[in-house]
Formats: sequence, structure tokens, C-alpha cells
Amino acid sequence: MVHHHKFDAIIVGAGGAGLMAALHASKAADVAVISKLYPTRSHTGTAQGGIAAALANMEEDHWEWHMYDTVKGGDYLVDQDAAEILARDAIDAIIELEHMGLPFDRTPDGRIEQRRFGGHTADYGKRPVMRACKSADRTGHMILQTLFQNCIKQKVKFFDEFFVVDLILEHGVCKGVIAQDINTGEYHVFHAKATLLASGGFGRMFKVTSNAHSLTGDPVAAAWRRGLPLEDMEFFQFHPTGIYKMGILLSEAARGEGGVFINDKGERFMERYMPTLKDLAPRDICSRCMYLEVKEGRGIGGKDYLYLDIRPESINKYKSAPGGKTVTAHELEQKLPDIIEMMRVYQGVEPMKEPVPIQPTAHYAMGGVPTDNDGRVLAEASGKLVHGLFAAGEVACVSVHGANRLGTNSLVDLVVYGRRGGRAMAEFVKGADYAPLPKDPEAAIISELERIRTQKGSEKAVKIRNEMQEVMMDNVGVFRTEAMIQTAINKVKELKERFCRVQIDDKGQRFNTDLLEAFELGCLLDLAEATAASALNRTESRGAHARDDFQQRDDANWLKHTFIRYTGAETMEPTRMGATAIDYKPVTITRFQPQERKY
Amino acid sequence: MKFTVKIKRYNPETDARPHFESYAVEADPIDRVLDVLHTVKWHHDGTLTLRRSCAHGICGSDAMRINGRNALACKLLVRDVVKEGGTLQIEPLLGLPLIKDLIVDMEPFFEHYRSVSPFLVNDEPLPEDGRERLQSSEARERFDHGTKCILCAACTTSCPSFWANGQYVGPAAIVQAHRFIFDDRDHAAEERLQVLGEQFGVWRCRTAFNCTEACPREIPVTQLIGEVKQALASGKIE
Repeated sequence: MVHHHKFDAIIVGAGGAGLMAALHASKAADVAVISKLYPTRSHTGTAQGGIAAALANMEEDHWEWHMYDTVKGGDYLVDQDAAEILARDAIDAIIELEHMGLPFDRTPDGRIEQRRFGGHTADYGKRPVMRACKSADRTGHMILQTLFQNCIKQKVKFFDEFFVVDLILEHGVCKGVIAQDINTGEYHVFHAKATLLASGGFGRMFKVTSNAHSLTGDPVAAAWRRGLPLEDMEFFQFHPTGIYKMGILLSEAARGEGGVFINDKGERFMERYMPTLKDLAPRDICSRCMYLEVKEGRGIGGKDYLYLDIRPESINKYKSAPGGKTVTAHELEQKLPDIIEMMRVYQGVEPMKEPVPIQPTAHYAMGGVPTDNDGRVLAEASGKLVHGLFAAGEVACVSVHGANRLGTNSLVDLVVYGRRGGRAMAEFVKGADYAPLPKDPEAAIISELERIRTQKGSEKAVKIRNEMQEVMMDNVGVFRTEAMIQTAINKVKELKERFCRVQIDDKGQRFNTDLLEAFELGCLLDLAEATAASALNRTESRGAHARDDFQQRDDANWLKHTFIRYTGAETMEPTRMGATAIDYKPVTITRFQPQERKY
Repeated sequence: MKFTVKIKRYNPETDARPHFESYAVEADPIDRVLDVLHTVKWHHDGTLTLRRSCAHGICGSDAMRINGRNALACKLLVRDVVKEGGTLQIEPLLGLPLIKDLIVDMEPFFEHYRSVSPFLVNDEPLPEDGRERLQSSEARERFDHGTKCILCAACTTSCPSFWANGQYVGPAAIVQAHRFIFDDRDHAAEERLQVLGEQFGVWRCRTAFNCTEACPREIPVTQLIGEVKQALASGKIE
């Protein structure tokens, strides 16, 4: 049985961007939020260290400095009009969160307390600045809870544990989505004037990742399969401090409070690479320095990991705490309770007495569904829009993070662009009609899901997923070369072919997560192709995209955004490998001319 | 290490009632219980159904009964729950309707959550300077415990009073109410206390302490419930 719904606006995903958009759009329109998880399970909740805004509660700060850091942090691939909006709007967006009830930590005079974070500086790169507004080390959790609480207050309509499997997209017009009610297995057609994608990232294509199991980019793959472009997919951030082997994130806040990187020789090696910001250099740079340390044999015990050291004695020895102050174990436990607990639980390490084994972990997609500054999705690099389709948050590429996102800016992005997207959507639906639905819009995707459910074959999804994650981690990771990326592309091609022969165990209708996991794998395979093909194409090194065979940034040829699209016939299954075309969009430069990126 | 994992299984489409199934597995002592469940799902039987997402104790998806105690499967390590050659027992949460295998219907839980108005109420004009409301560090600290709650339901579904009567609002909802009652920016304490003073409110709590032991976020749940009782009895919020 297929169910039908009609809403002015549909939001896909209930993390920070989706809920912020919902709060703003639902003030003026009939809105429903669809999420494959309960909203409070969304990955925004795992963000730890803070959300940046130049409130200047601790010391002098200006939004222009925040904008500059964002542009430089993104290795000048940032669209500067978008970064200006981010840095300016961050201030009143954080105030709005406080007014909604968010329990920020407080300064002695009762204002929102702030801390240092990687790449955030005073006076255009002179020294670290305290800009990250925080609630201990569970800032993302508090943002997600606060937004969800306000959605309850505002009586926002939710469809929890509904899995969006397809977009209804016809002749450049988005008319809604198709979703499966996970509990019943039944399908629902959501007819909408406007649809906003806020489904987050897709880091599960990599073996070691901080991303939740659910971050598989399903709506992004749906857009891809229907021929919409994806922007800057080659830029994927590897966060330097993942728990060794597990990839669980240990926030940059640990270094903001004075923690340092240490190699096998006991050396604070970041001093050598980045003399000004040292351990608080941006993430792409720290991850590359770690990789080089390991390559030169200075990994711990000669292995592929290093140490994060937050022992008070080390912080005090290096005078690396804010202002060179002396810190105690008690203070660190108060400022970093969750990550200290994670070190204890998952590694059995006592971080006040010993250093913690870490390695880079796949963390954040700078690329995604291209949008303008109001969340409207672009159909082409020329700027032509998809009618009725919006995107915000990690799923979107505005591009405000360029080639490398600064820490805390993802949360800023969620609230600033979630809000803008929500408002733009509410405005849009006022003047729009429901575009007529095609006949049986659910038929094609249901038949693909039925194929996966019932098919007999020799392949297991888990095996294909492991092979994909391994080849992407090893070859499209912190460093890349043409040969490596080609290895990944060849493997993904093989895996896409094998995916057609996957057999699952669960043939039932209700809560069939065996089926949905297989479907998610197909989505990841498409996004892995888009990522690898974009990486192969960009013959320079910029931000998170480090090519060992093209080590320099090449502004003459590459100061532009990649737009990759699938060019074959619309499909519901993983797309035919290599049927892609690449186009470019110029970078918007306003205040800051590209310069060499030193810290 | 090798051991047996015994999981309570239930398929609503084929089974009349739940039953246990056992699987011989091998795991690293520092693997999570969630990793073991994934091993079963991915290598033994793909029909095993559970909720999980972040896998490191923040999203609250994978609360379940592990060796008879509520916990997050992603926050317990194998070495702490089973010995070589032993048996690890996994069951769904108690007190909520069973849907399939380890999945229960969370809707009654969230219904209780919504009943305590879990949001800041403050209709006073916002600060004229366009900035944050001021709050002292001490006032912020007063309700800190409750802000850690991830709504995993481990506490509520470990509570004998909740098992006895599912209309009891339960520890998690009281923790959420506490978080706002004791926030000096909030003005709806009275309404919340009224809900919690009713028949299915805080007085159903018999201080069994199961909730405090079950909480994966180390929230002193019983203490917070006690503070709400105190506020109801004395009419003062301190």
C-alpha cells in the first residue's frame, strides 16, 4: 500500500540544519521533517568543541577576522560572499540559540564563554583567538537538543524513522520525495512545493571515520542518479585526532585547551611545521604533518599512529594552554569531560597520566549538493536553479568551507544556512503551486528495492562495503596520486558490478535494515565514484586534496569549483561507472586575494 | 577471544513470541558489544535487527539489556561483559512494546518526554542590546547534569515503577523537566511541577536507583528526581 501526503515544504534530515530550517520555515508554511533516525540521534549531536562567532566575549574579535580565517582555512576555494554571510550571521545565530535556551558555558560576567580552535585567529593570522562558543565538549549535543526542544514547542510535524529513497525530480523541478516507513516497510509519496535536503555527510565510504553508521548520503545519491551535479567532491576532510583504529573523534578542543601532538621521539612536531599556530593549525595541515611523521619513521613504535598529549604536566611544560596559563587535571576534566571519558572507555588510557594514540579519521565532506547563498540547489555550474529544491548543512556545498573546513564552522554552517534555507523555502512556497506529480512516481524505486530484497546472488553487502572503505581510505585519503586514485576507481567499478549480485538474508517487510543497509551501500558506491573521479581530475594540491604528484596549489588553472555529474540515463541503481562529465564554476573573491597559506 | 552471544529474537511477521538464539563469535576484548552484534548481523544472520548510529555513546540509539542490565551497546567493551568461553546475553529494553528483535517502540517514551514541556519558556522581552541573556556560572551549573541526557531510555526502561505501569512519566522525562525547572532563565517551572505532582508523576518513583545505575551519561538521575520531589514538597526551587 502506498500512502500520499501533501506539504508546502519537506525537509529531509533532522540534524542541526534540518531542524533550524524547520523552525524558520514552519513559521510561515506547512512543513514536515522526514528522518531515517529519531531526530535526537542525528550526527550534529556528536559535535564536541564549539561553534564559532566573533562575539568578543573573551578578547577582541571581529567577524572580518572570522571571515578571513574561513577563507584562508579553505585554501582560497571558499566563495567569499558566502563566508561573509557565515561570519556576520554567526553572531546573531548564536544569540538566537541562547534565546532558544541553549545552555552555553558562561564567563564570570554571565556571557557566553569561548575557547580557541584550530585556524581561528586574531588580527588576520597573528595569534589564536577564543572564538568557539561552547557547552563543555558537547556543544553539538546541546544544539541538537535545543533545536529539537523548540520544534516540539512549535509543534513541527515529524516523520521519524522514514527512509527517503528517492527524489521526485522531473524536467528540473523537484516535486517531493519517496520514503519508506522503516517500521512497516510501506512507501509514502510526499508531494511538496519545496524540498530541502539536510541529510548530512557520507563519510561511511571510508574505513576509518568519525561518521555515524547512518551517514551514507542516500538523498545525495538520488540527486546524482537523476543527473544533478555535485560540487567539490574531491575535498574530504581527515580530522587529525581520531581514536586509533576506531576513528571516533577527539575534539580539537583538546588542543584548544593546550593539548599537543607528540611523535615517537617525544617531540612536539607541529612546532617544526607551523611555527605560529603549531598544534592549532587547520585540520588538513595537521593530518598531513602526521602522515609525514609516520612516513619518516616517527610514528609511535614505528607504527601508523601518533600521540595526543593532554597531560597537565605536558601542557604546563609547553605553556600551550590559552594565555600560557597553568592548568590542572581538575580543570581539564571540567572542560573536556566527554572526550576524556571516551579515551578511558575506548582505549583504556588514563589521559591525565599517559598520552593517547591517534590517527587521522575521515570526518567531513566539504563538497556536496551545490547551492546558492539561500540554499537553492544549482542545476548547473552556470547558476541555473533546480526549481523547488534546497539544501543546507554538510550535504550542501555553498561553498563556505572551500577546500578545507575550519573546526566549529560546520555548526555555524548548520545554523546560519539552515536558517537561510528555511526562510528562503517559506518565501518560495508562498508564490509557488504544487507541480503535478508524474504517474506512479514511486514505482521505479520500489522495483529497485524489491530487486535487492528478493535477488539471489553470490555477493554479500558487508564484503563489498569493507572493500570500498578500504580502497577509499588507502587511495583517496590524506595523500593521493594519479595511480592511487585510479586504483580506487577500478575497484569501485568492480564493486558496482558485484553490487548487482548482492543477496540479503532478510526478506521481510518490517524494519528490514538488511535491505536498507544494502541500499545505502549502493548510494555510497556512487558517491565514492564522484569523490575519486573529482580527485583524479584536479591536478593540484589545495586544502584537504593533497596530490603527491602535483604538490603545489595552482591558482592559474584550479581556482575554481568542480561540478561533476552523471551523464547516463536516469536510474535507481548505482550508476554506470565513468559516465560522468566535469564542469567548473569560478570562485567568488571579494575581500581577500589568494595568498600562500602559512600559519 | 571466543564466546557465545545469546540474543532474544522476535520477527513480528513469523514468530508468535520471542525466543533466544545463540551464536558462536570471536571478538577482540576491546571491541564494543555493538561490534559483536554487527558480527552476528553481517556474518551470521542478516535478519538480526537493531538500532545504532554514532557508535560512540552520544546518539542514544542502541540502549538494550546486556546481561540483564540496561546499557548502550556501543559503550560497553567485550572484556567487561563476558569471559573467554562464556555467554553474553542481549535483550531488548523492557517496558516498551516490542517491534522486532532488539527494537522497541519508542513512541510512549517520547510521549512522556513531550508531556513535561521540555523547552525553555521565557516570554520576557529579549535583551535590548541584541545579545545573550546573562546567566551566572553557578546558575548554569545548577542544571548541568540534566543537559547531558541523550534520551536513550536506558533509565526509564530499567525502572520497576515504569515496568509496573507505563503511564508513569519515568526518570528520563523527570530529568528533562529538572533541566528546565532549575534553569533560572525559564518561567514554566510551576506548570511542569503540576504535571510531575500528578498521579503518574514523580511520586511513582520508589528510589530503586536502577535509573542512576543504567544511565550511560552518569547523570545522578535519582538525585535529580529527589530534587524535583523536594521542590514539589517545599514549593521552593533551590
